[in-house]
Amino acid sequence: MHGPCSLLTADLGSRTCGVLRLPEETLRLFPGGRGLAGHLLRPSAHLPWDHPDMPVLVLAGPLSGTEAPCSSRCHLVSRSPLTRAFGDDAVGGGLGLELARAGFLGVLLTGKSPAPLGLEIHDGHARLVDAAALHGKTTDQVFAALADWGSAACVGPAAEHGVRFASVQVDRLFSAGRCGLGLCLAAKGLKYLAVSGSGAVPVHDPKGLAAARADIERLFHASPVLRGPQGFGRFGTAALLDLTQSRSMIPTENFRHTRCPGIERCNAPALAARFGFQPAACPDCPIGCVQQDGHGRALPGIEALSQFTALLGLVDPDLAVEALDLCGKLGLDPVSAAGSLAAWAEVTNQKPTAWTVLNLLEDMALGHGDGALLGQGAQRLAQELKRPEAAMTVKGLELSAFDPRGACGLALGYAVSTRGACPWRALSLGHELLRKPVPTERFSWSGKARMVKLGEDALAAAESLPVCRLTLFAAGLEEYAKALAAVTGVPATAQDLARLGKRVVYQERLINAALGFSAGDDDLPGRFFREPGDPGQGFETPPLDRAAFLEARARYYRVRGLDHNGLPVRDKAEELGLTWTVS
Amino acid sequence: MDRVLNGFSERLATAGLAWEKDILFLALDDAVLASDPNHPDREVLEQALLALQPGALACIRPAEPYATILAFFLEQRPQVLAPRDSETRLFLHDLPVASEFSAQALVQGLKNRKGMVLPGPRLAALGPLTPEQAFVTLSSLCFAVFVLFFSDYLEDLRAGRATPEQRAAFARAASFLPPVRTDRPGLVQGPFDGPAQVCAAMAQAGRATVDFGLVDSAFGNVSALLDRTVWISQTGSSLDLLEGDLVACALDGSSCEALTASSELPAHAGIYAAAPATRCILHGHPKFAVTLSLDCDRPDCPDRGQCHLRCPAKRTAGGAIIVPGETGSGACGICHTLPPALRGGNAAIVLGHGLFATGRRDFNEAFAALLGTENACREEYFQRVRDLGG
Ligand SMILES: [Zn+2]
Repeated sequence: MHGPCSLLTADLGSRTCGVLRLPEETLRLFPGGRGLAGHLLRPSAHLPWDHPDMPVLVLAGPLSGTEAPCSSRCHLVSRSPLTRAFGDDAVGGGLGLELARAGFLGVLLTGKSPAPLGLEIHDGHARLVDAAALHGKTTDQVFAALADWGSAACVGPAAEHGVRFASVQVDRLFSAGRCGLGLCLAAKGLKYLAVSGSGAVPVHDPKGLAAARADIERLFHASPVLRGPQGFGRFGTAALLDLTQSRSMIPTENFRHTRCPGIERCNAPALAARFGFQPAACPDCPIGCVQQDGHGRALPGIEALSQFTALLGLVDPDLAVEALDLCGKLGLDPVSAAGSLAAWAEVTNQKPTAWTVLNLLEDMALGHGDGALLGQGAQRLAQELKRPEAAMTVKGLELSAFDPRGACGLALGYAVSTRGACPWRALSLGHELLRKPVPTERFSWSGKARMVKLGEDALAAAESLPVCRLTLFAAGLEEYAKALAAVTGVPATAQDLARLGKRVVYQERLINAALGFSAGDDDLPGRFFREPGDPGQGFETPPLDRAAFLEARARYYRVRGLDHNGLPVRDKAEELGLTWTVS
Repeated sequence: MDRVLNGFSERLATAGLAWEKDILFLALDDAVLASDPNHPDREVLEQALLALQPGALACIRPAEPYATILAFFLEQRPQVLAPRDSETRLFLHDLPVASEFSAQALVQGLKNRKGMVLPGPRLAALGPLTPEQAFVTLSSLCFAVFVLFFSDYLEDLRAGRATPEQRAAFARAASFLPPVRTDRPGLVQGPFDGPAQVCAAMAQAGRATVDFGLVDSAFGNVSALLDRTVWISQTGSSLDLLEGDLVACALDGSSCEALTASSELPAHAGIYAAAPATRCILHGHPKFAVTLSLDCDRPDCPDRGQCHLRCPAKRTAGGAIIVPGETGSGACGICHTLPPALRGGNAAIVLGHGLFATGRRDFNEAFAALLGTENACREEYFQRVRDLGG
């Protein structure tokens, strides 16, 4: 095995750190990131999310710390307090890079400390330190205190006050927001994680890696989406806003509309003109999708931008930037925060203003007034207010930025995603919206079941290396297999990676099935089957056809090797190298 | 889905890449679908499909001259072919060559590549997601082996190492070339008076370019300037089916609608800026222009192997300037090399890639430049061959 193959373990209860060497067989099946994290979570996944023995995993992978493009990131996994299902999120910044340089494949956190602690890792050494002085501090204050570290992750007041969609912020501008992983860390009593690594990650074939990198970068440069004049490298994913508007799939007023009049005042070029985009990319990233303004505030990507404007029925670029900045400081997931606000506005029949939005974000993070309920997420909030249908969620996770009525693969991908509603999870936006790697008819279900499955596999593989999902809008597993083989010296093909992805997704299905999730949870809110979206130029946006959706979902189950209820079957699990345990 | 598969078979046949009976498309959803369920290759292909589990897999026995070219390559028993055209470099990397037509050989070749060569001679291509990808790769493969064969021949003649078998294959392949077209399509005349006319003119120009064999349907792009807006074909569109696949890109950068524009938008925008009288641009992949662009008489050039990035020589073919450069906006992107080249003339060849032609009024001028350059390149190619005793 090349590179790090040990995890740093930290038990916050006993305040002890150790090293867990992973068996080679485990790493062969799950080289890192999302897949390895799922593997390590699975034996404990039945525990309540806040149980002391419930692990939280922060994992790098085999490409971390190498020259492979977009590999500085890491993947966080635990059981989600928001969905109670498998919970994960990828996060940019340099955490994966520093962990690998410190000699670790990742961190396994268990136990529970009554007092807030920080975990500090410097090369091979780690210690848990008292962090009482940082308790209650906003993330920008924590990062200021940790400025000397190579990379740092922390939680904000939202996590400390029990917000179910509390985020983990990394290197100030990056966020593992989905699924409430910040609350998982806070439940352990961990306020921050700081890492500095100075070692070099060994590469078996540096020339081969350089060649793979050149192939990948050429594809990035040839991609209008990543490196074109209006692409993510210039404007971040906010560039997508003009497309969601013109395709009539921009979620507006809690998905009651799919077009937002005047939204062009908030589009990426407008933001760039107003705030001045300065690149703030992950270390050594050839895409560069993250931008900040002159005050060092992160500028919103498509999700935060769309959620804090159209979803709330507010066309106000200042609000979008301020709300995102506030979410970052408080440690809130902007997608779920805005999704909860939108549900609350619909149920209470209020039209939010910029002022109420910013105030309610603070209230959420501090558990004040209505904020306490909002901090439970849209699903619990809508149930509590006796209007469950107003929660635009799948498995309790809020939908974001892309209306499922606008694209059938997107709709199916939202429904079957193992972590709940996620527009990226099946990579459908690539072919249905961005025409990559090939355009597909967005209003057609034809072939979408398999495309969703293939997209899920590709993403799960990429996130197990781990590399950024945006790479897959231009490069493919073929190119990353070449990079992986060069790093490890073990031959790897696109097909091997696709199989890895299959194994990773199936493993998450096994975890969720053991927790009681089945076909009934692989579904979208009723609104999308009942109410049409707004028409666009030369087309209608009808409601999703329920029968066609169910048929596509059944087809997806067959293609994925699940039973008719969406549950894993023993033969398939074992074929993929997964252990079968009776739940 | 069956209809979709048959559509791709028809399009390959129309393009002259294979007879319809020699084409087989398979797609996998929750079951296997076939364009021709009784095709003799079906069993082998289906086994490979089930082993690889992509969205689609296709295989053709190509028509002439590709059959002759591939038979020649197969005789050499290489493990891979490494074409130097830009499309192959970027997307296909290299082409595995199998020594037998079997499911195992298909799996071996395609588990890490999108297309390959097999005995028959056959070409096989993967559609990782959809059958359209297999269709695109098949036409890319045909183009790549054509250019590889004809450019290798010139290079081998120059180096004095052309074999009798190669000479025979060349004579046979050349005999299957379609006749030179000297007619011209009558395209919509400019100046264009609005978006509707611009779109119609672009669709018409795209179709004519494909019809005249100057590009395969899946490649090339076309644009026109109207006021301060560049209308351009979208990425992944079929050049002969552009209706509804055009996107308007405001040059003031006020919207990101162009996210789905052709990846060559930066080059097109650069050309309009560098040559302000330009009103439209037509980009095709004419085979002899590309072949000649790869022909270099300086075997000791220090930049050899990097020609497509930084060929230092000032070269022309068929009267057009040849420039190096890669697709897109990188440091070696053609957005840097093409605009200066098109300031003076109305046609420029991108080394190993294709030809960009411009018109100041409408597509008639651009089309004439495209076809005229290709015809001149074809003549020049055979002249060079004769001069070298081939
Ligand atoms: Zn081209």
